[in-house]
Amino acid sequence: MNRITETIQALKQQKRKALITYIVNGDPTPEITLAAMHALVSAGTDILEIGVPFSDPMAEGPVIQRGHERALAHGTSLRSTLALVKAFRETDKATPIVLMGYANPVERMGYGEFAQSAAEAGVDGLLTVDLPPEEAEDLHRCLRERELESIFLLAPTSSEERVKRVAELAGGFIYYVSLKGVTGASHLDISSVREKLSVISRYSQLPVMVGFGIKDGLSAQAVGTYADGVVVGSALVEIMGSGHSQTQILEGLSNKVASIRTALDQNSK
Amino acid sequence: MNDTKVDFTNMPDERGHFGQFGGRFVSETLFYALDELQSMYNRLKKDPAFQAEIDHDLTHYVGRPSPLYLAERWTEKTGGARLFLKREDLNHTGAHKVNNTIGQALLAKYSGKKRVIAETGAGQHGVATATVAARLGLECVVYMGSEDVKRQSLNVYRMKLLGATVIPVESGSKTLKDAMNEAMRDWVTNVDDTFYIIGTAAGPHPYPQLVRDFQCIIGREARSQCLEQTGRLPDALVACVGGGSNAIGLFHPFLDDASVAMYGVEAGGLGLDTGQHAAPLSAGIPGVLHGNRTYLMEDENGQIIDTHSVSAGLDYPGVGPEHSWLKDLGRVNYVAITDDDAMAAFRSLTKVEGIMPALESAHAVAYAEKLAAKMDRDDIVIVNLSGRGDKDILTVAKLDGIEV
Repeated sequence: MNRITETIQALKQQKRKALITYIVNGDPTPEITLAAMHALVSAGTDILEIGVPFSDPMAEGPVIQRGHERALAHGTSLRSTLALVKAFRETDKATPIVLMGYANPVERMGYGEFAQSAAEAGVDGLLTVDLPPEEAEDLHRCLRERELESIFLLAPTSSEERVKRVAELAGGFIYYVSLKGVTGASHLDISSVREKLSVISRYSQLPVMVGFGIKDGLSAQAVGTYADGVVVGSALVEIMGSGHSQTQILEGLSNKVASIRTALDQNSK
Repeated sequence: MNDTKVDFTNMPDERGHFGQFGGRFVSETLFYALDELQSMYNRLKKDPAFQAEIDHDLTHYVGRPSPLYLAERWTEKTGGARLFLKREDLNHTGAHKVNNTIGQALLAKYSGKKRVIAETGAGQHGVATATVAARLGLECVVYMGSEDVKRQSLNVYRMKLLGATVIPVESGSKTLKDAMNEAMRDWVTNVDDTFYIIGTAAGPHPYPQLVRDFQCIIGREARSQCLEQTGRLPDALVACVGGGSNAIGLFHPFLDDASVAMYGVEAGGLGLDTGQHAAPLSAGIPGVLHGNRTYLMEDENGQIIDTHSVSAGLDYPGVGPEHSWLKDLGRVNYVAITDDDAMAAFRSLTKVEGIMPALESAHAVAYAEKLAAKMDRDDIVIVNLSGRGDKDILTVAKLDGIEV
């Protein structure tokens, strides 16, 4: 069984919600990312989502855009991200890792080569923001051959028809974008999230994680009431880009994640 | 070229593909809006009332048809084929861009959306969008890379006078591609009340198709004007290619005319061998950017790289997907012209014909001159003069070391 499914099932048995945390590889420098990943896990992360920087991150708000730019300034690439995962796996063989990025770096490497290298490095899934199911079939096939999951997004504007289509290809979990907007936006509407989640559950057995706009314990707890878990990204990338020392950044990450973890675990009581 | 006959008129396919190119590579939130746009467009393009409204605007507001002009002195000087200019520079706002914004703004009107957004590089598409928005009373927001805002201050002010809000984009390379990213982000956020007017025949399906359809007026007119004036079809067509909307507009109505050769001219910048250019069809590889699969300029890690051209309107790392398809089929030849050659053509056409081409169009002029020189005196070449050069006077003056 894939680490993602294993982790989520274990959480279900404990009646706990999943906490997925996102940072960009190489942000603000390549040296910090490995330590940051371990810090995120120690503070209560269940699944790590590692951003692969891209020159044109169309779906990101300003905070994560700057994270991509900082990472690219140091030459961070898809290849160096796979090397990072390999290094992480030397000491952590259990925490699932999802890579999140854009289609072009994966296309450039080649779908087959990517799937093989990612599986060997210890990656568990791939979320390609600009590769919807219509365009994802070839990549999906390569990922399946290596037992990697294709993670897909659904949005408030997704029709039932599209929910169905995504459900056919999706593996691991479904990532529900909680609002019309870019990452880090602030107009989260819990009741509309709740409504859409019930539509998704009609077509897919997969757990649904909610992201975009979740920045603290309060919003995580509110969304966690209805979702199987939450994704926190911009709030962490903001800390990465704060300009503080490595020690301060790692401490900031740990505190943030621990507070969200505590709030989220209120849901299981 | 392929032996099997290709049906050029029936593309893209239902999912927006031109062969392996095109498609819809956008985040999930936009699918709904793209589906809605597509079904509205499919309905309206068969609606005679909608077509009549466009025709009316093109005639009375834009000033079409634009002339097809035999440039006799230029032909004489070149000493080869007869050179005709399709005078898109004479359109209202001074370029072909308005053909498309007229069409898309009408779509916006029919959709009931009161706010339009656009991306712009040199500012021509921004001006053309702000113009039609003013006329229809729509709110207009234009995204423009902060580097371009500095370089094109005249057009920025023009847009402001027209009532548009110009938002400088500070991310990435601060140029056209980043403006397009930012416009997409705006659209994702305001998708319920906002219509995105894309300026070139690229982006997610159905944009490459609808921009092409609106620009095909260029080729349809040129075809019938050429038949009328010369009694036959041209031997070659030449147009510059950035995103490629003026070129596809000229080429498309001729694609089934096998005797007509076509040349798309990319920005060769400082030379293809220097890497300092904007010629993805000549020197790039297929990849995914801005919602479509197409030829791109990128590095070995799949990151999009900075481009260079003296002409801001060609300074873009991608190209419309239909051009990528036509390149691979071999139906259109894609070539590159350097900054220096384009500048020389700018000066030469201005002096010989009293027509000052936009620096973008000057690339087509430069290539046409080389091409025509090798052809017979009976041959006919049509060059798309996609825009006028007034907007470039400050750039040219600066190169000459003159302060205006």
